[in-house]
Amino acid sequence: MSTAPLDQLPEQKAELLQAIAGISTLEMLREEEPRITGKRSILSTLQRSLGSLDPDARKDAGATLQEVRHEVEAALAARRAELERSARSETLEVDRLDLGDVVVSSLKWPLGVGHPGLVASTQQELEDVFIGMGFSVADGPEVESDWYNFEALNIPPAHPARGMWDTFYVELGEPETVVLRTHTSPTQIHLMEAAVANGTLPIHSVMPGRCFRRDTPDARHLATFHQIEGLVVDRGISFADLAGVIETFTRAYFGADIESRLRPAYFPFTEPSAEFEITCTICRGEGCRTCSRTGWIELGGCGMLDPAVLEAVGIDGNEWSGFAFGFGIDRCAQMRHQIADMRALIENDVRFLEQFS
Amino acid sequence: MRISLNWLKNFVDLSESVEELRSILDDLGLVVEAVDTVGEGLDDVVVARVGEIRSIEGADRIRLVVVDCGAAPLEIVCGAMNFSVGDHVPLAPVGSVLPGNFVIAQRKMRGVTSNGMLCSARELGLSDDHEGLMILDPEHAPRVGTPLLEALNISRDTIFDITIEGNRPDAWSVLGVARDLATRLGRPLRHPELATPNSDEVSSSFASAGIDDPDLCGRLTVSVLRGVKVRSSPLWVAQRLQSAGMRPISNVVDASNLVMLELGQPTHPYDAAHVGERTLRARRARVGEVLVTLDGVSRELAKAGRGLGDTGEDCVIVDGQDRVLGLAGIMGGASSEIGPETTDVLLEAAFFDPMTIARSTKRHGLRSEASNRFERGVDPQLALRAAARFVAVLRESCPDLQWLADPLDVRGVLPSVPTIELRAGDVARGLGVELDESEIRRHLEGLGFSVSSDAGNILVTPPTSRLDVRSGAAGRADVLEEIARLHSYRLLPRRMPVWPQPGRLSERQKLRRRLRDVVVDLGVFEAWTPTLGSDDDFDRVHPGVARVRVTNPLAANESVLRATMITGLLNAWVRNLERGCGDVMLGEIGMVFHHPEGNPAAHLTRGGSGGAIELALPSENERLTVLLGRDGDDALSSVGLWAAISERLNLADVVVRSCEAPAGMHPSRAGALFDRRSGAAVGFVGEIDPQLIEGVAPTAIGRRLGVVDIDIDVLADTARTARRSSEAKVPSRYPSAVLDLALITPVSVHAADLRFALEMVSPLIESVTLFDVYRGVNLPEGTRSLAYNVRLSSPERTLNDDEIVAVRAQLIESAQAHGAQLR
Repeated sequence: MSTAPLDQLPEQKAELLQAIAGISTLEMLREEEPRITGKRSILSTLQRSLGSLDPDARKDAGATLQEVRHEVEAALAARRAELERSARSETLEVDRLDLGDVVVSSLKWPLGVGHPGLVASTQQELEDVFIGMGFSVADGPEVESDWYNFEALNIPPAHPARGMWDTFYVELGEPETVVLRTHTSPTQIHLMEAAVANGTLPIHSVMPGRCFRRDTPDARHLATFHQIEGLVVDRGISFADLAGVIETFTRAYFGADIESRLRPAYFPFTEPSAEFEITCTICRGEGCRTCSRTGWIELGGCGMLDPAVLEAVGIDGNEWSGFAFGFGIDRCAQMRHQIADMRALIENDVRFLEQFS
Repeated sequence: MRISLNWLKNFVDLSESVEELRSILDDLGLVVEAVDTVGEGLDDVVVARVGEIRSIEGADRIRLVVVDCGAAPLEIVCGAMNFSVGDHVPLAPVGSVLPGNFVIAQRKMRGVTSNGMLCSARELGLSDDHEGLMILDPEHAPRVGTPLLEALNISRDTIFDITIEGNRPDAWSVLGVARDLATRLGRPLRHPELATPNSDEVSSSFASAGIDDPDLCGRLTVSVLRGVKVRSSPLWVAQRLQSAGMRPISNVVDASNLVMLELGQPTHPYDAAHVGERTLRARRARVGEVLVTLDGVSRELAKAGRGLGDTGEDCVIVDGQDRVLGLAGIMGGASSEIGPETTDVLLEAAFFDPMTIARSTKRHGLRSEASNRFERGVDPQLALRAAARFVAVLRESCPDLQWLADPLDVRGVLPSVPTIELRAGDVARGLGVELDESEIRRHLEGLGFSVSSDAGNILVTPPTSRLDVRSGAAGRADVLEEIARLHSYRLLPRRMPVWPQPGRLSERQKLRRRLRDVVVDLGVFEAWTPTLGSDDDFDRVHPGVARVRVTNPLAANESVLRATMITGLLNAWVRNLERGCGDVMLGEIGMVFHHPEGNPAAHLTRGGSGGAIELALPSENERLTVLLGRDGDDALSSVGLWAAISERLNLADVVVRSCEAPAGMHPSRAGALFDRRSGAAVGFVGEIDPQLIEGVAPTAIGRRLGVVDIDIDVLADTARTARRSSEAKVPSRYPSAVLDLALITPVSVHAADLRFALEMVSPLIESVTLFDVYRGVNLPEGTRSLAYNVRLSSPERTLNDDEIVAVRAQLIESAQAHGAQLR
């Protein structure tokens, strides 16, 4: 065997590790690094010297050397992390501020004018119109079970009607049992269940909230959007009451010259069901491109509570009847402010936000 | 569905204008999404014959075509390659105007003049075919120079593109739409011509049929047709199909499609020569079976789906050798397809269980015109009428066609037809108006319901085409909708209901509004940041923490439910900074989510089929998060913002305490909002962790950003965050005495705690306010000096010096009890 180039390796390694341990600042580490692991380091020199060995010996020696290199590199990385940590904690220490000791009266608050979000203020305005009409406001969760989002609303598993909503499923429980709610309607079920449990029927509520549909965003749709839903369960409620509420709301929110009309539609949770349209707010009914020259634009869906839904929540349909309606909050904002592309709503550009008060 | 006005007119007289019809259809719930006009702009187009094709020097994508159009031959430059000499093609001469106001002019290309344009079917608005020129059928020997409309026997038509609602299985056909119109307009409905079997030979002597699984297939009829000659369809058939957006294929396939469009019954023709033992059976697919459908895709059958309640059931049609021929009601296989050699046809017209079709369709991602109809429920009584119509249509192109007697007709389980009782007053109770029984009868009978009277009640039985109509109370609602629909929703009365309960907001909703108002008044811009974010952003604040994930995100960076709004606001702020608008505070009120595992706040609810299983849903925590990004903002500004919020909410006991920073916040510049009385954590104030800024917002490195992050759930719970007493204190009319106390206080004693302690010392104390904090080397290690301003007063008199001195001594004593010394 020729003179082994790695004779001194244990000592050389110890030296390197010691050098690493001696590094005390990040700056020093940057200076020392080439000498420890760089091209002119002892490890690299040894690597080059292996060329003189016969192939088998070269392979063994190479492996040994590689192992040492890994060890040295790991030590260097650990040292670097340690130094970075302590550098950070030093900076943080310099920064330290006891927020319990702040003298509030000495703080100067610059004058600035803020702006509420367009969707939030639209929601508030809609709520206020309905409060004036005698409705309470109710909230509901954004993550729902399939039971509340679908089945209790008369949309059984695998029913084709589930295809009416592009649903985001959540990775919890059995597949497709947990969803991001696709509409605010599950809140109706919660309200009715609670009213039955507490004996607090009737219900006159609106339910605003955030909903989700797996729809690629475009000028008229967002995957995350806001709906407001209305629910009335009372004695002697008929389709005429539904049509009356829609009409009263339309004039109160959109203006006295805007009318509503209903046309037949299908929703699994209402029967009879209707789509409600309002006079086109762009052309005021004259007919324009926005309304496809019909003078009417679609706003939302509504209908009398389906007996199957009443049954699912345990309400006696012989005593109680009711209706529900729902429409988009973002869409109302879009119409009111003639926003061509709805995606402006999620941009959070302050130049957009500062237009609304 | 695309419905041709000319086709409708076969079944009902319609003199109304297109606009009037559109409005009537809308009002019937047959919502017209678009109206197309066919044959418009084709007046100048004539039939031309290709006489010669020459190449153009230096051009390989266009050729010079010489056509004969009755007058002198015309030279035309053309880019299509699908025709040859002798073909008859449509020519738009110079000066003609094509659909879309496209004016044809003389043009020069590669030095050659083109005197018009040869057209594709799409350019003429006749179909979507854009593969090349439209080549006219030589069988019909079009005469050169004839106007195209005449040569094709096309009359102008209007196509209504109608959305058929999920509860209108009957309306997936021209006849179904015509029935609605006829009933609304009070006009008679005509029915299409039907054939009858014309052979003495009985069907069972030639073929057989069976149902192995009666729950999946409710009826299987097989008609045997002999003497079939496969060729192209008569023009009127092709035009009808094209009006509905379908492409003509051959007389047999076209007749099947025509019947489906016209009556709503999908049928399937098989080449009898390729059906083993000339037998068709319907059965459940078995695990391991594979079918290559007509679209060329190989499909594994009977494989349980991922979806809820999907056990993997497929209904298939097999032949006498138990070979799978097709996915029943959805799509056939290639093996028994009709081909040019076909002479004997087995025509299947069946009823399949709608839910089975719906599940298979979803599982295989395979929709067809047939499955669209079957999954909503095709009239089980329609099968043989559809076969009779098929034969009547096919006979035009196959005069020798024989339809064997006694078509095979096997029954499985068919849905039962309910009888619905409309009690006196039901209509008035449901619709708010009483309608005459005669009107109710007219509407329902027009739609095919049978109506009878029974002791003041009306008994209604829906036609078999209305499988959507349920029994009992639900059925009553279904029937009411039909009555209202035909009466017209627009004519129903409106009434604004009144009730004694006042409309109102809950306390929590008022709190939410107040929070929004307070921060907006202080200069915050309200943002709306994404609920779904990326793993990277999640890991930056919650490394290694269990997250709630969406199974089917639209994009990988929108797959995790947010656990904080800080990252979203930071992202939004950075984009504003990059637009030069970073001098701003952004805030949001919204939900953040935490994985239910090991989470005591997990939201327990029920789910699964029938709501029978208990599910743990993520906890939802409503928060107000504000990012203070104005120039000069830092942790101190966040304390200032919080102080203002706290005042406006009238909080009694919430204080700021330096604390271990939560993830995402600056480790040595964070304070916890802590309710002294309840011990509740209300939120945090402080700065964003510089490391988070490095990760999310490299353009803002070195910038300080304040944060206020408040738990609205806690603020809404007055047991955890008490408000100050509502009893008003009237300030004393006598002058207040003022004391300043500088107290050397151990750093372990919170300034706010000491203030509260001092306030309690005497009823004479009006207020205690911290006005200075001093830290310096001349103070003992581990202490700082807190200077408080104390106001004293009595409602009864001006305080004298002795009283003031006494209170001062009490204050000092109390401070000493907390380890503080007078400086």
